[in-house]
Amino acid sequence: MSAEAQNPLRIVFVGHVDHGKSTLVGRLFHDTGSLPDGKLEQIRATCARRGVPFEWAFLMDALQAERDQNITIDTSQIWFNTDARPYVIIDAPGHREFLKNMITGAASADAAFLLIAANEGVREQSRRHGYMLSLLGIRQVVVLVNKMDIVDYDEQVFDDIEREYREFLGEIGLDPLRFIPVSAREGDNVAARPDTMAWYDGPTIVEALDRFELPRFDEELPLRFPVQDVYRFDDRRIIAGRLESGRIRVGDEIVFQPFDKVGVVQSIQRWSSPVMGDAVAGESVGITLTEQIFVERGHVGAHRADQPEVTNRFRANLFWMGRTPLERGKNYRIKLATQEIGVQVVDFERIIDASTLEEVERDGELQRDDVAEVILETQGAVAIDPHHRIMAMGRFVIVDGFDLAGGGIVTDVLEQTDAQARVDVRPVAPRERFSRSGHKGAVVWLSSHPEASYVAAGLERRLFNRGLRPIAVGYQLLDAHVTPSVLAALALAGNIAIVSIDGELPRSALDRLLAGSDAIVIAANLAGDGLTAVDLSELSVADAIDALIEQLLPQLRQTWTVEASNI
Amino acid sequence: MSQPAVSLDNHWDQHEADTSGLLDPKRYSPRDAMPDYAHLDELENQSIFILREAFNKFHNLAMLWSIGKDSSVMLWLARKAFFGHVPFPCVHVDTSYKMPEMIEFRDRLGEQWGLDMRIGGNQEALAAGKTFPNGNATRVECCSLLKRDALQSVIADNGFEAVILGIRRDEEGTRAKERYFSPRTKDFEWDFKDQPPELWDQFKTDFEPGTHLRIHPLLHWTEQNIWEYIDRERIPIVPLYYADENNRRYRSLGCAPCTDGVDSTAATVPQIIEELRTTNIAERSTRAQDQEAEDAFERLRASGYM
Repeated sequence: MSAEAQNPLRIVFVGHVDHGKSTLVGRLFHDTGSLPDGKLEQIRATCARRGVPFEWAFLMDALQAERDQNITIDTSQIWFNTDARPYVIIDAPGHREFLKNMITGAASADAAFLLIAANEGVREQSRRHGYMLSLLGIRQVVVLVNKMDIVDYDEQVFDDIEREYREFLGEIGLDPLRFIPVSAREGDNVAARPDTMAWYDGPTIVEALDRFELPRFDEELPLRFPVQDVYRFDDRRIIAGRLESGRIRVGDEIVFQPFDKVGVVQSIQRWSSPVMGDAVAGESVGITLTEQIFVERGHVGAHRADQPEVTNRFRANLFWMGRTPLERGKNYRIKLATQEIGVQVVDFERIIDASTLEEVERDGELQRDDVAEVILETQGAVAIDPHHRIMAMGRFVIVDGFDLAGGGIVTDVLEQTDAQARVDVRPVAPRERFSRSGHKGAVVWLSSHPEASYVAAGLERRLFNRGLRPIAVGYQLLDAHVTPSVLAALALAGNIAIVSIDGELPRSALDRLLAGSDAIVIAANLAGDGLTAVDLSELSVADAIDALIEQLLPQLRQTWTVEASNI
Repeated sequence: MSQPAVSLDNHWDQHEADTSGLLDPKRYSPRDAMPDYAHLDELENQSIFILREAFNKFHNLAMLWSIGKDSSVMLWLARKAFFGHVPFPCVHVDTSYKMPEMIEFRDRLGEQWGLDMRIGGNQEALAAGKTFPNGNATRVECCSLLKRDALQSVIADNGFEAVILGIRRDEEGTRAKERYFSPRTKDFEWDFKDQPPELWDQFKTDFEPGTHLRIHPLLHWTEQNIWEYIDRERIPIVPLYYADENNRRYRSLGCAPCTDGVDSTAATVPQIIEELRTTNIAERSTRAQDQEAEDAFERLRASGYM
């Protein structure tokens, strides 16, 4: 198999600012003949234009601000091959201000090179990045002691740094594979072995690269199938998701947690792929079940014999990137696999300055860039596994307002607390209603048709059978008391209120009451004024219902694909 | 909207029905001698995951289909993700300078696959002749008017909350720094100095009103991967990518006045793959608008270009 026809190993370069990450990446490309034609000349021209000496960092620092300040701001990725296999090189910024970009880069890596400049030694971000790698679950780490040329290739300097840093990493449970002395500027121990460091007999960077292992989705672990979505595009009801671990087969009994729903796999669905009776970890597939049970996004499928834990309380190691500190007792949202639910920190067990490993005393809050051991409580039950058991089911992010502000790993699953102990008071957003019902709320005004109440009844039944939430107003319910407020309340709650009483459409009142929501008003036989009009007066009852269905469904479901013949 | 019937009993039959008249089987590796493309599975699974996240989180969603190889692969991946359906509109920004073969291909494939096409264009700028070919704009200004502004108005006219784009990290430096889910301000600006964190396939899907989102499901693919996948899946593509009788072909498709061909004898997908293995020429080097200034492309992208 050629080197390209394999999965690339994703390797991140991290370390303190100015310890030479971008330079090393440039050198690595150059020394392995991986630079595109003209790139070297382009970098030379860029440097000349700025009147600075030749700078390898310009290979990956693509942004103008990065070139001007000679600093990596955002993480970047670039492809690269050795004779053995392909790599994706991830460059991550070393400056403290850009820690969230470093985390973004490092979280997707299979392995890491951690750089320490020999002339500066172990610095604040060297420690913080080491800690982050351990929290992000990256186990394959090689430490590069760079700028050996500046310290005259002194073995003692290298040994001292190795001793100090090994001790630090040991305290956070990270065991680096090896330390390599290098000079990115001179290319020493990058691809070629120099005569300047005869005392070093370990691998070069290129050799070390090829020794990393490719960690992948694990088929041998128990099945975890987090539901991503449920589709009804045609006559199939497909439960779609990606297997995070294990294997699923046609005929398997699957338990969906946290609500303990049980179903049997009828088929594995793929499109334009060979038909197979099973699927394995890493595959994005769909399944159908022999019976229709209530399953939705967030539920986690597993085999009965080995299920995830179900709880609302667990211990976690957490890092914080938020603009404002993480506070105890404040409401946030947690995203774990496809689950999404309210969460609070109920206890900070330890708050740690990641650059010193010292415990810091802070009153019930976690500052940006710090890490902590916490007890988290979710507002309802979730299905989880400890991180060391099934990685994908034991790691999460925390959302504060609109922002992804923190992340962490589950270290211990704790006993569930009384479900009544915590009350979720967040208002239900239109989008949440939409994802539950699959349609918007609406007021449908039918009064123009001679048999309006008959049409309303038929329409209510058709929509209801189709799985929507209609309520006919006027032929048997609420006759005497239909006010704009009542109709608006029905629509705001996500219902389709079908009105068949005599009178004028109270348009301005409805517009005012529905402002800011996504509920819509559909008027029959009332053309113009921005409202959708369906002329019903000439149609039979059956045709009127057909016409309404055709008009309504696309608007209620927006871009959803609906086959009219299935209604 | 009519969708082709979906049957999983014999997927080759299904494939033939789906692509009939759109592709020439001789351009692809024979089915009984298909190279080992197993490494593409992981890329495919990741893209499907992202497309499904996008569809779950945004109800007013569209896919930008440039008719090029990448977004054609993306369209195919959407049909994989949604079991034969493309459950959102497809947007094509027509600058009026696209090569005629592209427009013909768009119309045929759009009809056969039952796509909900929305065609955008900056009619004002075209009517006023404010274009590079007319000599009234630089290349970058022309791109900005005919592509960026046109895309912005299609998004505004349709009220799209999010647009799916087929860009890749290996294309050029600023794209290498993109996120899978990338917010843009209401003025279309990309704040590339303060991008949201993205980890463990958890994306930023909550936004302040007024912002919109770009979703990039192909970010982790390389040009080589795209061609390997086209070969494996037999995805129809515009024939301009194949070398003609004068031994020229297009490596990247754009507007005719600003896109040049390359010397090549590669007339089949496997030959193109072989050619890419040995070339050291950058993919976008034939796209003239990128070459105007050191940061021309960055400035275009920061202001909302794809």
